[in-house]
Amino acid sequence: MASSYQFQGLGRDKQKDLLGAWYKRLEDAPKTGTPVAYLFISGNICELLRSFGFEVLFPEVNALQCGIKKTAGDFILKAEDLGYSSDVCGYVKNDIGLASSGNRGPFGTLPKPDLLVCNYAGCNTYIKWFEALAELYGARFFLLDVPYRRTGEKERPEDLQYVMRQLEELAQVCAEISGQRLDLDKVREQLEYARQAEELWVKILHSAKHKPSPFDAFFEAVFFMAPIYVLRGTKECVDYYEAACKEIEERLQHKIGPVSEERFRVVMEGPPPWPNFRNFWELFKRWGVCCVASTYSKVGGIWDFGRRHDPARPMESLAEYAVNCYTNWDWSLRRQMMERYAQEYSADALVIHSVKSCRAFSVGQADVREHFSKVKGLPTLFVESDLADPRYFSEAQLRNRIDAFFEALEHRRMAPARPAPEA
Amino acid sequence: MGSGSHRFWEQARRWEEVIAHCREVAFDTGFPTVRAWKQETGGKAVGSFPVYTPQELIAASGSLPVTLYGGHGQLEIDHADSRIQSFVCSIARSTLELGLAKYLDWLDGFVVPSICDVARNLSGVWRHNFANGFLFYLHLPQNVDSPAAKTYYRGELERLRAGLAELTGRAIADASLSSAIQTFNRNRTLLEEFRARRAANPEQWPSSHVYVLAAMGNVLPREEHNALLERALELGEAQRRPKRDAVRVVLRGAFCEQPPLELLDVLEDAGCAVVDDDFHIGGRFFLAPLEGNSDPLDALAEAYLHQTVLTPVNNPGRRSRSADLLTRCKEQAIQGVVFASPKFCEPALYDSVLLRKALEHAGLPVLEFEYEEKMTVFESVRMQAETFVESILFFS
Repeated sequence: MASSYQFQGLGRDKQKDLLGAWYKRLEDAPKTGTPVAYLFISGNICELLRSFGFEVLFPEVNALQCGIKKTAGDFILKAEDLGYSSDVCGYVKNDIGLASSGNRGPFGTLPKPDLLVCNYAGCNTYIKWFEALAELYGARFFLLDVPYRRTGEKERPEDLQYVMRQLEELAQVCAEISGQRLDLDKVREQLEYARQAEELWVKILHSAKHKPSPFDAFFEAVFFMAPIYVLRGTKECVDYYEAACKEIEERLQHKIGPVSEERFRVVMEGPPPWPNFRNFWELFKRWGVCCVASTYSKVGGIWDFGRRHDPARPMESLAEYAVNCYTNWDWSLRRQMMERYAQEYSADALVIHSVKSCRAFSVGQADVREHFSKVKGLPTLFVESDLADPRYFSEAQLRNRIDAFFEALEHRRMAPARPAPEA
Repeated sequence: MGSGSHRFWEQARRWEEVIAHCREVAFDTGFPTVRAWKQETGGKAVGSFPVYTPQELIAASGSLPVTLYGGHGQLEIDHADSRIQSFVCSIARSTLELGLAKYLDWLDGFVVPSICDVARNLSGVWRHNFANGFLFYLHLPQNVDSPAAKTYYRGELERLRAGLAELTGRAIADASLSSAIQTFNRNRTLLEEFRARRAANPEQWPSSHVYVLAAMGNVLPREEHNALLERALELGEAQRRPKRDAVRVVLRGAFCEQPPLELLDVLEDAGCAVVDDDFHIGGRFFLAPLEGNSDPLDALAEAYLHQTVLTPVNNPGRRSRSADLLTRCKEQAIQGVVFASPKFCEPALYDSVLLRKALEHAGLPVLEFEYEEKMTVFESVRMQAETFVESILFFS
C-alpha cells in the first residue's frame, strides 16, 4: 500500500494478531488452569461461557485454519482411515484427524475440552460431531437445542423461552465445572461489548452498498468476521472493529476497493473452498467481481437487519441470537435475505457456491437457483466444490463455468436492448 | 380399489399369497390403498417423512397417516434434480420427485420431523414448490433429559394438533387421541410379535417377508394394518419352511431410507438370518405401549423423550447407543452386525464408526456396506455377506 494510506491492511493484520493470541491462550490453558469449552460458531453463546472464565474453542475455526493452511487433506484422510465415510462433512473429519494427531495443527497445540457445548442451531452434524468428541475425550456434553427459525416475521416466543430455560441449565453446568456462580453483571458487560462490535461490523457490511464497494463482503469478510465470532464480548474485539472501520472509511475516501476496477457486483451464497481460497478468489477477481453481500458471513449471526445483543435483556438476547443464525433459518427467510441483498446492494448476479460437506447450507440451493434465475430474473451462477476437502476442487472446471457466466453477463450488458416486438 | 379388494388378507389361504400381495401394494407409487381410502371416507391423507412423526395425532384427526419412503427405486429423478443436489440421500430426492411429478396429488399435508439437515432443508424446498399445501415442520427436542424439552415438545404437539384441526376442520379431542394411541399400541405389539417369533425361529419368519408386512403399515389405516398382521400371524404359524444354516445378525442403518427389497433377499440367501433390524422404525419407535388415557398428549411427549428407540437421529441423552446395541446383541444371541447405510446418510455413517468400535471391542464381527434406492447390482454385497457368514460359521 502506498504511504499516503494510514490504515490499509489493519483489518487483516490485527485479525491475525488477535487470533494468534487467542490460540496461544488456548494452548496455555492447561498450564494456567483455565477451563476450556468447545462450542460451534452458529448461534454460539460464548459470552455466557466467558463470564464463567472459560476459554472457548471452535472446532470449525480450527478446521478452516487447517483448510487455508493446507493441512486439512491429511487430517481428512486420517479420519477416513479410522472409518469415516468419504461422504460425511470434511470439517468433522478434519477435526477427528487432528484430535487423533495429538491435537497439533498449524495454530499450535489445542487443549482438551472440559465441557462440550453443542449449540445445535441448524446443523445436525454438530450433534454427531460432538457425540464423537464426547466419546473421544470423555468430556461433559451439553446439548443446547435451538429450534429452527421457521417462516414468519418474528421469532416464536416458545422457541426463545425454550432456549432461555436451557441457558439456565447450562449456567448450572458451567458453575459446577468452573466453581464460579453465574454473575449476570459480567454477562451484561460482555453483551455491551458484543453490541458495540456488532454496530461497527454492520457499518463495514453496509459500506458495500457504495459504488464501487470498498469491501468484498465475502472474500474479505471471512477474515474481518473472525473476531466477532470467536472473541465477541471482549474489549479487544471492539477495538478491532474500530480499527477495521477506519480502514474501510479510508478506502471510501480514496475510492479504493478489493478490485482495481469493479465490473460486477454479486451476492455470494455458500461457504468458501478453504483449501483453495486464493485460487477461487482469483477466478472472480480477474472479472472485476466484487461480492457486495454474502450469506456465509452471517453463519455466526445476523445483525445487518437491526438485531443486537442487549445487555438489558441478557438471556433473552442470547436466545434471540442463537435462533437467528443463517443456517438456522428456513429457506423462505434465506431467500428473502438474498432478495434483499440483491436489491439493496445493487447486485448484478447471484453466485451460489455449493459445498458437499455442509448439507445444512447446500440442500435446496438448486431450488434457490431456480427461484432467482427463473422467477426473479437475476442471473445466477451455480458452482460446486467443498469447504474442507481439497479433492473436490476442480479449478479448470470452475474456471470454465465462471468465465462463461461473466462473459455472458458482459455480453448482455453490451448488447443493445432488444426492440419491442411489433404489435 | 374398494375396501373389499384391498382387504386381500381376509380371503387369503396361504402365507405366500399375503406376502406376494403386500410386495405388490406396499411399494406401489400409485398409492392405491391411499386413494381407495380417500374415496371411501372423504378424509384427508397426511404424509410424513420417516422417523419420530407422532402419527397418532394424524390418525386422531380422522386423517390417514402415510409415511413417504421415496420412490422405491422406481422413479427417474428428473424434476427433483433441479431443486436438490446429487450428493443427497435417495429418499429426499425421490420423495420430492414424487411430489413434483404429481404422484402425490392425493396428499393433503406433509409433516417433516427435524431428523437431519436434509429433512430440515427439504421442508423449505417443499414449502416453496407446493405453496398451497399444509406443511408442518416438527422440531424434535434433542436434549431429551432437560425438563425444558418436555414443555417444548408438548407445545410442538399442541401446535401440530391445532394445524391438523385447521386442515380437517374439526378439533382433535383427547378421547380420539387416546383411541388412536390404543390402535397404534396394538400395531406395535403385533409388529413386535413378528419380531419375537422371527428371533425365536428365523427360518419360519424370513425377514424379507416380515419387512413387507411392516411396510403395509405405511399405506394402510392402522386398524386395517392390525387386521392384516393378525391374519398373517395365523397363516405364518401354519407354514412350514426348511431349516438351514444361517448366522444370527442384527442390521442397522435403515431407520429412514429403506433398502431395495432385493438386498434383504441377498442377505438371507447368503446365510444371514436378520433377527433384529431398524427397518421402518418410524412405525414402531416407542419401546413400550403408551398409557394414553389420562393425558394423551403428555403420553406422546414423554414417550418420545424417554421411551424411544435410539437411532442416529436422536441424541440418546443419558442412554448410550452402543450399550443399547450390545445389550440387544447379547439378548438375541447375535453372531454379527450388519451396518447397511444409505448412501450419503450422514447420521448413519457417523454412528457406524462409533458403534463399530464398540462391537469390535466386544468381539462381534461387523459387515458394512452402503445402499441406494436405485441399486440394481447386488453381487458385491452378496460376496461380502457370504464371506462374512463363512467367517462366522467356520472361524468364530
